[in-house]
Parts: sequence; C-alpha cells; structure tokens
Amino acid sequence: MAKTQTVKGTHAPVDTRPEKIIKLEKKMKRKSGKKKLNRSMAGNAVLFILMGICGVFMVLPLVMIVNNALKPLDEIYQFPPRIFVRNPTLTNFSDLFMLMNESWVPFSRYILNTVIITLGGMLGHVIIASLAAYPLAKHKFPGKNILFSMVVLSMMFSWTVTQIPQYLIISWLGINNTYGALILPAWAFGMGLYLMKQFMEQLPDSLMESARLQGANEWQIFWQIVMPNVRPAWLTLAIFQFQQMWGNTGGMFLRSEELKPLQYSLQQITSGGVSRAGAGAAVTFIIAAIPIIFFLICQSSILETMTTSGMKD
Amino acid sequence: MSQLSKALPKAKPYSLRSEIWKSRSSYLLIAPYFILFFLFTVLPVLMSIYLSFTYFNMLEMPRFVGWQNYVKLLLEDDIFVISLRNTLLFAVVTGPVSYMLCLLFAWIINEFQPKVRALLTLVFYAPSICGNAYMVWNLILTGDRYGYLNGLLLRLKFINEPILWMQTEKFVMPVLIVVQLWLSLGTGFLSFIAGLQTVDKGMYEAAAIDGVRNRWQELWFVTLPAMKPQLLFGAVMQITQSFAVADISIYLAGNPSVNYAGATVVTHLLDYGSTRLDMGYASAIATILFLLMVGTNKLVQKILRRVGE
Repeated sequence: MAKTQTVKGTHAPVDTRPEKIIKLEKKMKRKSGKKKLNRSMAGNAVLFILMGICGVFMVLPLVMIVNNALKPLDEIYQFPPRIFVRNPTLTNFSDLFMLMNESWVPFSRYILNTVIITLGGMLGHVIIASLAAYPLAKHKFPGKNILFSMVVLSMMFSWTVTQIPQYLIISWLGINNTYGALILPAWAFGMGLYLMKQFMEQLPDSLMESARLQGANEWQIFWQIVMPNVRPAWLTLAIFQFQQMWGNTGGMFLRSEELKPLQYSLQQITSGGVSRAGAGAAVTFIIAAIPIIFFLICQSSILETMTTSGMKD
Repeated sequence: MSQLSKALPKAKPYSLRSEIWKSRSSYLLIAPYFILFFLFTVLPVLMSIYLSFTYFNMLEMPRFVGWQNYVKLLLEDDIFVISLRNTLLFAVVTGPVSYMLCLLFAWIINEFQPKVRALLTLVFYAPSICGNAYMVWNLILTGDRYGYLNGLLLRLKFINEPILWMQTEKFVMPVLIVVQLWLSLGTGFLSFIAGLQTVDKGMYEAAAIDGVRNRWQELWFVTLPAMKPQLLFGAVMQITQSFAVADISIYLAGNPSVNYAGATVVTHLLDYGSTRLDMGYASAIATILFLLMVGTNKLVQKILRRVGE
C-alpha cells in the first residue's frame, strides 16, 4: 500500500522550494518576458471566425428542433421553409398528449418502464463499478493489471460487435423479455469502471491508511471514506449510463408491448407520417431536451471527472 | 500492513497462493462487476470468434464449417466489400477529422471566461448526447422542396429542382459523413476540455521565456505533451465511434440504402444477424469488425505516445 504517495491528480510537477523563492522567480519572469506575447490579434480573429462558423453549423439543427416543435402544422409544410417559427404554439404538445392517451398500452406504463430501466441501470452500474474500481485503484493483488487492461480493451470496440452472442447469453439466462435483459449488461459498462478507477487513483492514500489504523475494514472504508470523496465521478457514471439507456428502444430484448420503454413509443409516433408531423416534432424535442438538461445540471462534476480520464502508460 | 511483513527479516518466500488469499477482500469487491463483465463482454467476444467458424441459424446446433464464412465474406460477398469500403472511409475521414475538431474546439473554448466556456461546451457536446437528434437531419435533407437544404438552394438559384439527397448514390456518403461529424464531439471532447484546464499556467510563462513565440508553438511544445493522457483516451473514443457508424445510415438512407451506397459493416451485420438469421456469417462480420477496431486503436495508441518526444 505504501507505493506512490505523491499527488497524482494534479498533473503539475510539485515544486518543493520555499514559497518565497517561487514567488520571486515568478515576479522576475513577468518583468523579463513581454506579457501576452503569444496572442496575436490576427490569430484571435481567425480562430473566432472559425469558431463562429462551426458553432452555427452545430447549433442550427438544434435550433430547428426547438422551432419545429413550436410551429403550427401549416408552418411545418411551408414553402420556402423557414427555420424560425412565426406564430409559436403549443398545439404540437397537446396533440402529442392526445396521441398518448389513445395508445393501446397506457402511456404512463412506458414512462414507468423507462424509469425502472434507467434508474436500475444507473444505480447498479454506479455501485458495482465503484466497488470494483476501488481495489483496482488502491489495492495490489495478482491479476489486477490484466483485468484492468481487459476493461480498457473493451472500450476499443462497440457493443454491436457482441450483440449476437449477448442475445444468446441473455436467452440462456432466461432473462429475455424482462427488464433484466437491458439492465444487467448495462451494469458491466466498461467506460464507467475506467473513469471511476482513474478518478479514485488521485485520492490520497493517507486517507484510507488512517481509517485502517483506526480499525476500519475495507467495506467500511469503501462506503465511508472512498464513496463520499468521489461524488463527481458517480454523478458522471450515472449521466453516461443515462445517455446509453435513454436512446434504448428495447430492440430485440423486450418483445412485450407493456415492457417497452418510452423511447420506443415516441419513435412509433414519429413514424406516423404527415398527419403526425406536429406531434413528431414535439417528440424529437422531448427526446433531445432531457439528456441536455441532465448534462447541464451535472456539467461541472462531469468535467471534474474527465480531468482524470487520461490514459497513462 | 504489507510494509510490516516486508520489514521482517525472515520474510516468507513469495507464493502466489498466499498473495491471492491475502487479497481476498479485493477479489470480493471486484467480483460482482467482473462476473457481469465476463458474462456480457468477454464471453460474447469469444463466442463470436467461435461462431464465425460455424453455420448457425438459431434453430439447430452450430455446425463447424471452418473458414467458409470468411472465404464467402471476402471473395463472394460484393455488398460486404462495399460496406467495408464505406466503413473504412468513415474511419479514415470522420475519425481523424472529428479528433482534430474535438481538440481544436476544446482548445479555443479554453480561452473563454468560465461561464462562456460552459455554454460553448454544452452547444458543441449537445448533438452527441441528445439521443436521436439526428432525426432533425431528415427535415434538412427531405428530397422535396420542403426540405431546408433544397429550399435554400432553390432560393439561391443554385439548383432548379429539388434533389433527392438520400436517394442519389453520390450524395449518400458525403451527407452521412457530415452528419456523423456533427454528432461526433462526444466523450473525447469533454476529456480534452478537462485536460486543457489542468495544464499548469506556469509552464506557459516558462515557455515564453524559453522562446516559444506564438500560440501554435505553445500548443505543440507545451499543451499537447502536457495533455497526452487525454489525447490517448480521446483517440480511443473517436476511433471506436467512427468504425461503428450505423444508426444514422439506417435512419437517413435506409437499410438497404440505394445501391448500398450507405452500407457499413454494422448495417451489413444487422442485416444478417437480425433479418436473415445467419448467425455464423454475422459473427464472422462481427469478428472482422472487432479486429479492425482493436487493431486500429492499438496502432494509433502507439503513434500518439510519441507526441512531443
């Protein structure tokens, strides 16, 4: 356990000289070198123009989503098409609710399914990935490096590669057409474990050492010391898991109509053609808005976690 | 604890079994995750490799057929050749370009005030998170005059009649590449933004004294070497993503697309796996895709580790 005690999280080299000298040196540097030497006006202009063009390209489709959701039907089919709405209305949303009430399975059921699948996936993943990340980050045991490099390897291919065997395994386990068919594989999401382990590595070992001296066992250390200190990381894992689960329509794993998630029924509505174009626009808005809202709330935690996301040798 | 045992003069000879027994609490903690990981990731990869050498239709037991699937795939299946070419095109174009864009945008965003920075991060990251937001591209690319793109081009008199974008072979891939780039600023992008903020400001001051004169030199000599771990992570994210393009192709161009112009390895795999139920053949496609993704990732890792050395 007494390996590297240095502060791994801060990537800056640690300066051990007395503070006075460092300050003095910085002062001298500031006087000798011309300030803002490396920021030319022309460079700024080029970069900001480039940024502006790309920014418009990135945002425009999102702006269209919002405006389309607010357009009355005659504006959706208008020539020439306009991006911005003239007479904003909420009829698309009320149409959507009408359609929801007409659906064969009560709409609340789809919402409930999505809540169960998403929450189940998020909670389980955060807990078991953190449980596994703690020993990988802070203990020394045979096989540790091999296990972790397998997880890193798993980030190098997408899940489509393993789809067919995964389907077979889920059938063998007898969890096909249950919530478990979506939830259990999600718990073993590779990137979550990776990010959590990298984040835990920067916790100072002294924190755990002192708890150990006071007689705490590993289980207690995990729940009382480690977990409260990695809050940004578990928020990040939860959000990434949410993004994965949110787009899931149940596909081949959920066949019963009353188990299908919200995403499935929303997509059914959008494929309804001209008569449902308005409700479809509202659906696209809802599908896009919810992950953005979640990200907005957790942005600083996510960025804090991503600072440790780098791959070391 | 381990310190004490090492300090004893008569330390026990190293034995793997006692090491494992000593670490039993560690194994207990990692067990739940790794049981599922083996079940849903490791085992499927192995099964996929095994099944690729069999004929398997889900009804009978798999029957061993040797290299037959691969021979058919590489020599007889013209559509696979098209889909492989398209996938490689995605990988070669969107992979590096999206990687550069991630880096460039992250780098520029980093120059702004924290509040503006948060807003810009959201704007650029949003397309990749909002699930099926690429649906909106359908409105832009609609083949009649109500499509935004056609509407714009008609009004500017560039074209005289609307273009059926996704039904015209030569437009399919360029359009898909643009859409893919639009939604490719994902996890790697966030990693870069976070990485840039950890670069020590003092290093820039020191570099200025050492003769680094403009921001480009600063980027190359100071910033990139300092954020190398993030560069490696971002590369993995962008490469894996660029090889797996399928959803946007199926949604915008259809599966099968016109003359298979938008076919990718993954759409081909889905075709055999879920429509034709030829699982042995589909597994062969999956295995090739697996080797392509992992191989490219490993290669790029090797190259990137040399940055700034």
